[in-house]
Parts: sequence; structure tokens; C-alpha cells
Amino acid sequence: MSAKLHDIEALQAPEPHMHYERPGKTGLMDWLTTVDHKKVGVVYWAAGAFFLLVGGLEALLFRIQLAVPDNDFMGGETFNGLVTMHATTMVFLAIMPMTAGFANFLVPLLIGARDVAFPRLNAWSLWTFLGGALVINASFLFGGPPAAGWTGYAPLTGPEFGGTGIDFWWSGLALLSASSMAASINFIVTILNMRAPGMTLLRVPVLGWMMLVIQFLLALSFPPVTVGLILLGFDRMFGTTFYNVSMGGDPQLWQHLFWLFGHPEVYVLILPAMGIVSEILPVFARRPLFGQTAVIFSGIFIGFVGFGVWAHHMFTAGMGPVADAAFAATTAIIAIPTGVKIFNWLGTLWGGKMTYPTPMLFAIAFIPIFTLGGLSGLMHAAAPLDLQQHDSYFVVAHFHYVLVGGALLGLFAGTYFYFPKVTGRMMSDGLGKAHFWLFLIGMNITFFPQHMLGNEGMPRRIYTYPADAQWDLYNMLGTIGVIIMTVAMLIFVYNVIVSVKKGAIAGRDPWDAATLEWLTESPPKVQNFDFTPIVLSERPVWDHKYTEGMEIIAPEKGESFHMPSYSWKPMISSGFVLMLIIGILLNTFMPGNWLWIVAALAAVGVVGSVWAWVSEPV
Amino acid sequence: MSAHAAEAADLIDHGHAGDDGHGHDELVENNYMKVPNVKLAIWTFLGSECMFFGSLIATYFFYLDKSIGGLLPKEVFSIGITSISTFILLTSSFTMAMAVDTAKSGLMSKSRNWLLITALCGATFVGFQVYEFWHFVHLGLTLQTSLFGSTFYVMTGFHGAHVSVGVIWLLMVAKLVHSGKIPAERAVFVESAGLYWHFVDIVWIVIFTFVYLLEFAK
Ligand code: HEM
Ligand SMILES: [Cu+2]
Repeated sequence: MSAKLHDIEALQAPEPHMHYERPGKTGLMDWLTTVDHKKVGVVYWAAGAFFLLVGGLEALLFRIQLAVPDNDFMGGETFNGLVTMHATTMVFLAIMPMTAGFANFLVPLLIGARDVAFPRLNAWSLWTFLGGALVINASFLFGGPPAAGWTGYAPLTGPEFGGTGIDFWWSGLALLSASSMAASINFIVTILNMRAPGMTLLRVPVLGWMMLVIQFLLALSFPPVTVGLILLGFDRMFGTTFYNVSMGGDPQLWQHLFWLFGHPEVYVLILPAMGIVSEILPVFARRPLFGQTAVIFSGIFIGFVGFGVWAHHMFTAGMGPVADAAFAATTAIIAIPTGVKIFNWLGTLWGGKMTYPTPMLFAIAFIPIFTLGGLSGLMHAAAPLDLQQHDSYFVVAHFHYVLVGGALLGLFAGTYFYFPKVTGRMMSDGLGKAHFWLFLIGMNITFFPQHMLGNEGMPRRIYTYPADAQWDLYNMLGTIGVIIMTVAMLIFVYNVIVSVKKGAIAGRDPWDAATLEWLTESPPKVQNFDFTPIVLSERPVWDHKYTEGMEIIAPEKGESFHMPSYSWKPMISSGFVLMLIIGILLNTFMPGNWLWIVAALAAVGVVGSVWAWVSEPV
Repeated sequence: MSAHAAEAADLIDHGHAGDDGHGHDELVENNYMKVPNVKLAIWTFLGSECMFFGSLIATYFFYLDKSIGGLLPKEVFSIGITSISTFILLTSSFTMAMAVDTAKSGLMSKSRNWLLITALCGATFVGFQVYEFWHFVHLGLTLQTSLFGSTFYVMTGFHGAHVSVGVIWLLMVAKLVHSGKIPAERAVFVESAGLYWHFVDIVWIVIFTFVYLLEFAK
């Protein structure tokens, strides 16, 4: 590596002229009315981290129940509720929002933009997400949590078997779905249309690309499950017959609608983590990402094929040999682009001058751990083998390796890596390493034995098991591992809280990295960039520092531009949408005309607030 | 000049840097896709809507002829009446096109009138649908009667809801055109409402053809 030619800190531009329609706000008002993608991102991330702890606590409780055979720490109904809430929380309220946090904070920075395409819509997505999270968790207070599993299979969710918790579940998910669809449109437009001059599509960083791919997955996969949820809601509220077997309904309809969403969804969870890892490895191996274009195209390919594999979750549902064979084949195919990425990461590390700060440790660990999960996935891609593994702990081991070992390790890596950009301060590396090792050890102690448990026949979602099944050891290990992970998480939380206030001051570019976000101050100013950068390669900041003739040049005159103003409208109109859901929940507890009265008021409110929204100056 | 320097000079020349957008929600719109932000957003939204209606229509066909008891499609459908409402909706696509066309040529008050006519057609269509539902319920087909009742009402009901949203949308756009908040330079806002309107229209053509007409071709 050659010496630095230019320093990022030295790059100064004249003060820009910013134009707002309405004056700024401070304190709490600032957060409630913000349309700044960075603040929205921070709230998303914080909410996600909070729910990660909530979901973890739920897991800790049911792992205590499973620690020993014939345990009576909790009953079956409580267990089912906790498992359902654990999975729903982790998928929709922890990993997705943390990912959304990264997407919001980083995407405009990665592409050299001043904000997203529709800043107020972005705030609307945030509030609607928080509303959905609130609704789902409110079930604990009113009539108990949903208990039909996060996959919500009919008829467990139907009027006959599903308790009141199911109404919180389906209506809360419907809100989350609206939030995600709005966000996906916003980010697709942002990434496609608002790149800095010179940033052609292939110069968009891998993380930006993965974020783009998942927005398409969200935009196209949420509608089917939304339809599924609406049909469920109609069955429960109005007595329609969609999932009612006695009227000819077919529970498989739900399974198709759910998994048509569910499988693209797992890529929504993993691709951003892959993007983060693809950003981090090159920085600490001091080499460009090996085969960047291949990484991008394999991500796109995964996105496409991801829509054609959903029924591998239904091999035991009796679809027949032709469908089983077809879906087994597409599922095997999707492992190919996944393998391509793994080799690209290894190729990046090969011969690199490596350093190992915390983000790098998480990023490196991601590779083998995620690969293990991919391999077990490939095993149950074979339909005949899956008949044995389905609904056993083997599947539980699979998806925890890809979700915890994959998505979550990636998000942790990203947190340590981007923390200095977000807060201006470094996280403690010592505490970070303690978090890393404890978490890695804990997760393997918990989830590796579950492969064996599954092969020995332990079904998932049972609240206790007999002593003579001889599943004691592996279950005890599972509980011990969760306790270790809990300790690791406490260290993480402590690290975040302390570092926000006391961490070492980070400059613009603490890791000596390569992409545009490191050009901005830490934390970035409202306008992100004082001047619009011109991008001439996929590594603009790296080239500025190390490549002759490729430096980024600041203009002599301050730029002038328009910035979006604070607004209450996103929160207000999101509130009226929430009101509709409250009407639905009132209907659960007090059937009658409530629903129509509240729904009519909510509709008027939505129309009114949208009118106020479109008429206000921005 | 190196290739890179030439590229940089070129980008600066074309005034890409520092473009301040056009107010409203659009910030720096470098317009890479040669489509304004709003329009690109609507196209993406319609992609999402395709999956939404695709799922509803697929559900209808998944359950076609699987009802246990209850009235059958042929026993309730009245092609005559639905043809009239379909014709009105199709006409509204024409008036919508006129609204967009006049807006683009800067004839804003004409555009406003076309928008109002379009909204009126849409409202009439919804009125027909309300009548149709009322009529079917009196014949004895309700949401709860059978799979046909459930799938038919939910699918066409959500389409009707989309038309209603469209009517409100058109009225808002008409008001903004009237008050001068959508001048000719921002005709893209009229055009975007138009895209949605045509989409909702096309969905109806699909439903009318495959759900209504095909029933009588069997
Ligand atoms: C190489 C790629 C992968 C393949 C071939 C694969 C294959 C499969 C198959 C066949 C199943 C169904 C097993 C059964 O229920 O019997 C499954 C379940 C699952 N997979 Fe994967 N998978 C892969 C990657 C992933 C990734 C990356 C994620 C998430 C980030 C993921 C998350 C899940 C989840 C959550 C389930 C269980 C859903 C449930 O029933 O609750 N998989 N996988
Ligand atoms: Cu899958």
C-alpha cells in the first residue's frame, strides 16, 4: 500500500446556502417532526435493538422451560405465545428495523445524496412501523399474545382456535407491511434516481446494491402476505370462508400466500448483512472486494430466484411429486449464487494485510457460520430428506445459523463499523471483542446441538419432552448457550450506551475506508455533503487518498440547495392509519358497530391529513 | 487530459452538480432513469399493486367452482349492467388521458375539468358496484355464503376501494390544479394520478373478462 496522497479531513468546501421552507426545531420536537433520513435511521436502529432484547428475553424464558425434561416452569399455552412472539419480534421488529436503520442512515450517504427521494414518506414509514410494533406487543396486555407460530398457519389462526392475540398479530403485521412497502418505493427511487453525478449503477457500493435488491423483494413479496392477512382478518371479523375447511376452504392457500412472501423475506434479512460484510472485509484486508461485479450480480440473481422457491417450505403439505421436484430444483439452484459470494469474500481475504478490530471479527465469523446454515438449507432442499427434517429441530438449527450467525452477526459487524459515522465516537474495542467471543461461543453451543436433536427426532414447538427421549444434554446446552448470549448482549448494550457519551472521538474516516459515506463529517451534517461529490470509480474516497489524478475536488463557490423541512404530517396521517387498526381491535373485544364508526373517522382523518400533507410547503 | 479528468469535466459541464430539485419532496434529482421521482415511485407502486391484485385474483381462481352450496356466478351476474359500468370506467381512461394531455400543453383549467369528469365517471362506477353488491345480497349471496361469495366480494370490493381512492386522488389533484399549485411545469403530478387511474382500469378489464365474461363462455 502506497502512502496517502491526500487526507479526507483536509477536504473543505465553502459554506453552502441551504433553503428551508420552515424553521428548525430542537429537542423532542426535532425527533417527532424530523424528516432527516439519518434521524429516521437512528430511531429504526434503536427500536430494532430494543426489540432484539425483548425477543431475546422471550427466548431466555422458553429456554428455561426446555432446559430439563418434564419441566413445569410454564404451560403449553404460555410457551406457544412466547415462541410465536419471539420469532415475530426477531424477524419483523428486530432484524428488519435494524436493517432499515442501516438503509436509512447509509443509503443516501453511500450514493452521495442529501436525503431520500421522499423524506416525509420516509418518516411516515417509521411511525407506521412503530405503530405496528406497538399493536403486536399490546397483545400481552389485552387477552394474551398470539400463539399460532410466526408462520400463522390456518386453521390455528382462525376464529375457532386463534385467540384474541391473533387479531393483534395480523393487524400489526398489516401495518408493518404498509410501512415496508412505502419504504421500498422510496428507496428504489432514491437509489435509482438520486445518485451523485458519475455514480453509474456499477459504481454503487455493494451495500447499496443489496439494499436496492431487498427493496424490490419487499415491494413485490409483501402484497401476497398482505392479501393473506386480509383474508384472515375477514374470516375472523366477518365470517368469510377463505380458510374454513367445512366450507371448502383450503389451509394451503395461506401457506402459499405466506411463503410467497416468506422466502423472499429471508433474503430481505440476509442480503443487507452480506452487503455490510462486503463493505467491511475489503477495508480491513486492505484490498478491493474480489469480483465486486460478481457479488452484485449474484445478489440480483438471488433476488430473482428467491421468488421461485417458496414451496420448499411445503414439501410435507402434499403438493405432489412434480411440484416437489420443481421446487427442490430451484432451491438447489439458489445455493449457487450464495456460493459465489462466499468465494468472493474468501478471495478478498486471500493475501490481504489483515487487521482484526471488532467489526472485522464479526465480518469474518459471518462467513463460516452463515455457510453452515446454507449447507443445512441445501440438505432440506432435497424433498425426500426434508420429509424427515421438516418441523424438527434440524430446521430450527438451519434458520438460526442463517439468521443469528448470518443476519445478526452482519448487523453487529455493521454496528461497530458505522457507529463512529453515526455518533462521531468509536465503540470500545475491548468490550466489542468480549461481546464477539461470548456471542459466537454462546450461539454455537445453543444451535449446533439442535442439528443432532432434530436428527434424533425432536419436533420444534413442543413445550416439554419426556426424560426417556434422551434429549436432555442437547437441550441443557441450548439453555446454557442462551445465557452466555444474554451476557454478551448486556456487554453490547453497555458498550453502546457508554460509547455514545465517552467513546474516543472519530474523525471523518476512522477506518481508512473507500466509499462516499466516509467523506462526510462524523456525525454528518444535515445536508450530508457540503458539495455534491463527483464519482469516478467504485472507490471514490480510497482513490482520493491513494490514486494519483483521482482526487475529489471541492468547488470554489458554496453550493445552494433546498432541504426538506420539519413536518408533523407523517406522524399524524400514520396515526389515523393506526386508528383504523384500533377500530379492528375494538371489534374483537366489543363486537358491534364500533368498527364502522372508528373506521369512518379514521378514513376521514387519513384523507384530511393527506390533503394537509400535499398542500404544505416542503 | 486523462479519461477520468475528462469524465469529471463532462459531469460538471452538464450542470449535474448542485441541481436543487423542484421543491416538494424531490431533493437533488439527478434523474438517472430519465423519469421524475414521482413517476418512478408510481411505477414501483403499481408493480407492488400487480402482486396485490394478482394474489386476490389468484385466490378467486384457486376457489373457482369449489363452493359448497350457495348461488353460482351465473345465477347472479348481470352482464348488461356490468357492461355499462365497465364502459363508463373505460371512458374515464379516455378523459384521464385528456386531462394529462391538456396539463402538458399548459391548458390547466381544461385539465381541471377533465379531471373532474374522470372523477365523476369513477364515482358512477363505484355507485354501480354498490348497487350490484346490494342486489346480490338480496338474491342471497353474502360474504359468508360460500367461497364464491367470499372471494367475489373481497376481490371486487378491493378494486372498488381502489377506484374510490382514485376518485379522492383526482379531486385533490383537480383542486391543486385549480389553485395553481400544480402549474404546467408540474404536470407530472397529473400524469402520475393518471398512471394509477389507468392501472385500476386495466385491473377491472382483467376482472370483467376473466371473472364475468368467461363465466358465460363456458
Ligand atoms: C442456501 C440457501 C438456503 C436454502 C437452500 C434453504 C432452504 C430451506 C428449506 C428447504 C427450508 C424448509 C425446511 C422445512 O421446514 O422443512 C428452510 C427453512 C427456513 N429457512 Fe432456509 N434456506 C437457505 C437460506 C436461508 C437464509 C439465508 C435464511 C434467512 C436469512 C433462511 C431462513 C429460513 C427460515 C426462517 C426457515 C424456517 C421457516 C419456518 O418454518 O419457520 N434460509 N430453508
Ligand atoms: Cu425458504
